[in-house]
Amino acid sequence: MSNPVSALPEAEFKGIATVSEAGLRGMITVRGNFASKSFAKTLKSVAGCTIPDARKINAGSDGRMLAWMSPDELLLVTDYASVEADLTALLSGFGDEHTMAVNVSDARAVFSIAGAGARETIAKVAPVDMSATDFGDGDFRRTRFAQVPAAFWKSGEDVFTVVCFRSVAQYMFDLLSVASQEGSEVGVF
Amino acid sequence: MSTRLSTGGRLLDKSKAVEFKFNGKRLKGYEGDTLASALLANNQMMVARSFKYHRPRGVVASGAEEPNALFNMGKGNKFEPNQRATTTELFDGLSANSQNHWPSLEFDIGAINAYLARFLPAGFYYKMFMYPRAFWKHVYEPFIRQSAGLGKAPDAETKDGDTYEHFYFNADVMVVGGGVAGLQAAKTAAASGKKVLLVEQTSAWGGRAAVDGGMVDGKPVADWMDATIAELEAMENVTLRTRMMASGVYDHGYVLGYERLNDHQPEALGPRHRLWRIRAGHIVTATGAIERPLSFAGNDVPGVLLAAAVRDYAVNWGVSIGDRTVVVTNNDDAYRTAITLKEIGLEVPAIIDARASGGGALADKARAMGIRVENGKAVVKVKGKTRVEGVAIGLQAGEGAILETIKCEAVAMSGGWSPVVHLWSHCGGKLNWIEEDQHFRPDPSRAPTGDTGQAFVTTAGISSGAMGLAEVLEDATNAGALASGINAPAAPSADARDEAPMEAVWLMPQGANIKLKMKAWLDYQNDVKVSDVQLAAREGYESVEHTKRYTTLGMATDQGKLSNINGLAILSDALDQPIPQTGTTTFRPPYTPISMGSIAGEARGATFQPIRRTPMQDWHDARTPFYEPVGHWRRAYCYDRPGETHGDAVEREINQTRNSLGLLDASTLGKLIVKGPDAGKFLDMLYTNMMSSLKPGKCRYGLMCSENGFLSDDGVVARIDEDTFLCHTTTGGAERIHAHMEEWLQTEWWDWKVYVANVTEQFAQVAVVGPNSRKVLEKLGGMDVSKESLGFMEWADGKIGGFDCRVYRISFSGELSYEIAVPASQGAAFWEALMSAGEEFNVMPYGTEALHVMRAEKGFIMIGDETDGTVIPQDLGLHWALSKKKDDYLGKRAQTRSHMADPNRWKLVGLETEDGSVLPDGAYATADGQNENGQRNVQGRVTSTYYSPTLMRGIAMGLVHLGPDRMGEVIEFPKIDGKIIKAKIVDPVFYDKEGEKQNV
Repeated sequence: MSNPVSALPEAEFKGIATVSEAGLRGMITVRGNFASKSFAKTLKSVAGCTIPDARKINAGSDGRMLAWMSPDELLLVTDYASVEADLTALLSGFGDEHTMAVNVSDARAVFSIAGAGARETIAKVAPVDMSATDFGDGDFRRTRFAQVPAAFWKSGEDVFTVVCFRSVAQYMFDLLSVASQEGSEVGVF
Repeated sequence: MSTRLSTGGRLLDKSKAVEFKFNGKRLKGYEGDTLASALLANNQMMVARSFKYHRPRGVVASGAEEPNALFNMGKGNKFEPNQRATTTELFDGLSANSQNHWPSLEFDIGAINAYLARFLPAGFYYKMFMYPRAFWKHVYEPFIRQSAGLGKAPDAETKDGDTYEHFYFNADVMVVGGGVAGLQAAKTAAASGKKVLLVEQTSAWGGRAAVDGGMVDGKPVADWMDATIAELEAMENVTLRTRMMASGVYDHGYVLGYERLNDHQPEALGPRHRLWRIRAGHIVTATGAIERPLSFAGNDVPGVLLAAAVRDYAVNWGVSIGDRTVVVTNNDDAYRTAITLKEIGLEVPAIIDARASGGGALADKARAMGIRVENGKAVVKVKGKTRVEGVAIGLQAGEGAILETIKCEAVAMSGGWSPVVHLWSHCGGKLNWIEEDQHFRPDPSRAPTGDTGQAFVTTAGISSGAMGLAEVLEDATNAGALASGINAPAAPSADARDEAPMEAVWLMPQGANIKLKMKAWLDYQNDVKVSDVQLAAREGYESVEHTKRYTTLGMATDQGKLSNINGLAILSDALDQPIPQTGTTTFRPPYTPISMGSIAGEARGATFQPIRRTPMQDWHDARTPFYEPVGHWRRAYCYDRPGETHGDAVEREINQTRNSLGLLDASTLGKLIVKGPDAGKFLDMLYTNMMSSLKPGKCRYGLMCSENGFLSDDGVVARIDEDTFLCHTTTGGAERIHAHMEEWLQTEWWDWKVYVANVTEQFAQVAVVGPNSRKVLEKLGGMDVSKESLGFMEWADGKIGGFDCRVYRISFSGELSYEIAVPASQGAAFWEALMSAGEEFNVMPYGTEALHVMRAEKGFIMIGDETDGTVIPQDLGLHWALSKKKDDYLGKRAQTRSHMADPNRWKLVGLETEDGSVLPDGAYATADGQNENGQRNVQGRVTSTYYSPTLMRGIAMGLVHLGPDRMGEVIEFPKIDGKIIKAKIVDPVFYDKEGEKQNV
């Protein structure tokens, strides 16, 4: 096996926020019945957290995150190196129950938007209320960034993590670079 | 002449002189000037030629309603036409040029149209350009194109040098307008603790009251405003923006805000405009009112301005329009202009008040200041051509007899005030006609309503029709409280309105003869006169919407801000019906024109459209292939080498692949995982074939139809395990078919236990194709890819060259072929490994055209070539893929409809040209006779056509009437040049009919 390579290694842009490609993350699409106790139990044992409410993301064990994608879909975020083990654990935990768990780590690109202008940068491309009162720790949105699907959450003070499809990583980087261009502060958040 | 006063100019910073250019002339102004105030300060009274008659025109207003002062602004990649001088802030180095004249503003050939005015009445264009028909193309259209338009179109090859952006914002309460009403409404709403957004379209807060003055809570209104702004700025929950216009109100509290960031500082960093996409819980429009002109002859001569604009220029920018200003009015408000001018030492020779009973307290004050006031009088006409020289005065009740002529340089006119009801009306707010003030006013009981029927727009202040300072504050307090859901506090105290009633004056003098009416302008920008509207009425136009379009009243870039009410009043009079019965035209966004750039936002250049890239795209880019768009992907059509044509490259790639080894980047093909106990049942419904019978480890080609029976997609399905299938879709079909599956699962078969995931991008996929493909894989080593272990239409997981692979033995080329999926993060490395291992076989990448030709040689159909949304599998001879064992599949019932089952449908055949040439794509085969439209009958058409390097001749597929029954028959395809190509109907499989090559 050769070294896995992310979509835009080292890409970075500095404007009113710093936009950088964040390398490969482990991601598993999980689908199932949220009301099922065994389903929740398996997730708890693998992710280390409960199933998040709608439009939320929960922090789990060893940096794992569990995000709400739809009423029957979750996204487990984990270390890239842990994906196979986590996937195996999920599948064995689910057993015969009607569920789905699929590795989608390579289908994605991950970006970090950091700095005082991070909220504004996102508000320029995503139809989301980015005010601090409306979007904070534990919030998660599966939405669009301009013309492509994207999901994001707050991953630190003035830091946000954005996930999109790998094929549009260049578009996403260009888009966030334009949105965070020098001199484009809005000054409202 | 107009000039700068030594005093006044509350918006100016006189310590900062600014230089700008107008028609090449260097002029000076100050920071805080608008282009309009700076031009007037430089005695530039005439600023434009009118659209139709090329009459000299001057600035008439001081704000967004200005119809005349439009300019070509900037140069090169910053050039923009039709920029409004009254809303353009002056900056150092500004360059503006006047529009709509030739050769110059002062001497304009087009002005001859004015002498032809008799021959250019309302509806002239409709009447004139109809006949003779042939004249349209050769005479009329070129003439109209030459003379049409105001500003110059930007150079087609020059790209806008600025950037633009959007911005999403949410607020509980949005207040539009930064005058007294907006400030008070925002202050009231902000006290509730809710999130408030207050926007003002100009660069300065204050609105009318800042000029007109008054006392609030015992203090001058200006002090009250300063204090209120400071208070709002200090509040966490309030956002204030100047230079931001609310351009439109849409359903569910959606508002577009147009923020002009850098128009006044074009060299600054950052975007020029920002389009705010606002979701507001409640919208308060404190948008004030617009003064109406009076319709008298010569009301368009430069130097005739709206009365309020005259005092705006004096107070805000220290500009005098002329030493002597005659005020003409039908209401008390215009007296304020006379008083203001007199106070700063200018002369007001007379106030011409059309009301026989005259004015109230303000009139008394004017008289006390020594100003002559004439009641019941009218301006019969304005003297002067390129600037005002005087006015002829007569009786308002008369027909235009001149009693006296008064010399003056300026005329300040006021026909009353119309509340700005645009935003209120955009989403369905209704209006009432108010006799007392002769204007339309929002009816709060018929507001725009939201999802639960609640009003989501409220007006405040003058835009509600509250015409005095005390009334404005009271109304704004109530609006702010209503919008934020609190009880209204006491409003600040102020002077109540103390004015004598206005009088309806729609024509001056009321009995003006036709000659005067032909010079009484309603719509300055489109040159519509009182006589035009009256003519339209005589010709039978009754609807105000029809009259608007017939006369072009209100159709210019100002959208009738000044002309709307005056025009419909004239129409009502001509139709002898009350004004509310005539009604208004429809108010539509934007309030004033917004830039195209702001609408596009960031979507230009690299971010115009997302371009999808495969994991191997960098490798492709480095070979600079000829790309073709496939969905949002760019796929290599061919990898042409220096000196090769595309055709040469395609031929080389095919020969190499058929004879040795070729690689195709197949990563773009859709890959959908379908899993669950009901997955087999589900796929049996989606595909026409039987998929549930497929064994794990095997692949099957399948067809998908829409519920109307038409072919929608195709691809190879692999069964992964008992519960899991992997469905390949076409490149363009991945997202569409994923959505199609979800739709059926969510809406129709919601109780079936099936989950779908789109893993298209998880994998890089490479087609390793050609007789040496097995050898190259064996060379890399790691798994058994022999015929025995991995037969045709089978798949297996394993390792090749150390890469985790899933290998499918499928072939779209007819050759021995493996499609190999590896994790996307290793795709580029895997591709490189194959390229270097394949060197000994002279390996080459091949593009989509080689793929197309090879599949056509094999007679394989292509979705989008052989199908076009009207083709069913039966047309393509794909009966073998239509399961007879299944009760149902999507499209099955539709395919039994009489027309679908008709044996006369055109069916797929191969076509072989007699001369070996290549048929034109899409060419039709002709049949005998003509149809009822006199067109030649046809009997078939070409769906795919290529030069086949394998067969060294042109090959084609086509749909032909009764085609499969006519093997060997020759049919004719006329080309565009009239020559005819003869082609023989043959089997569509041209190459390796038995499939021996792929099954080795």
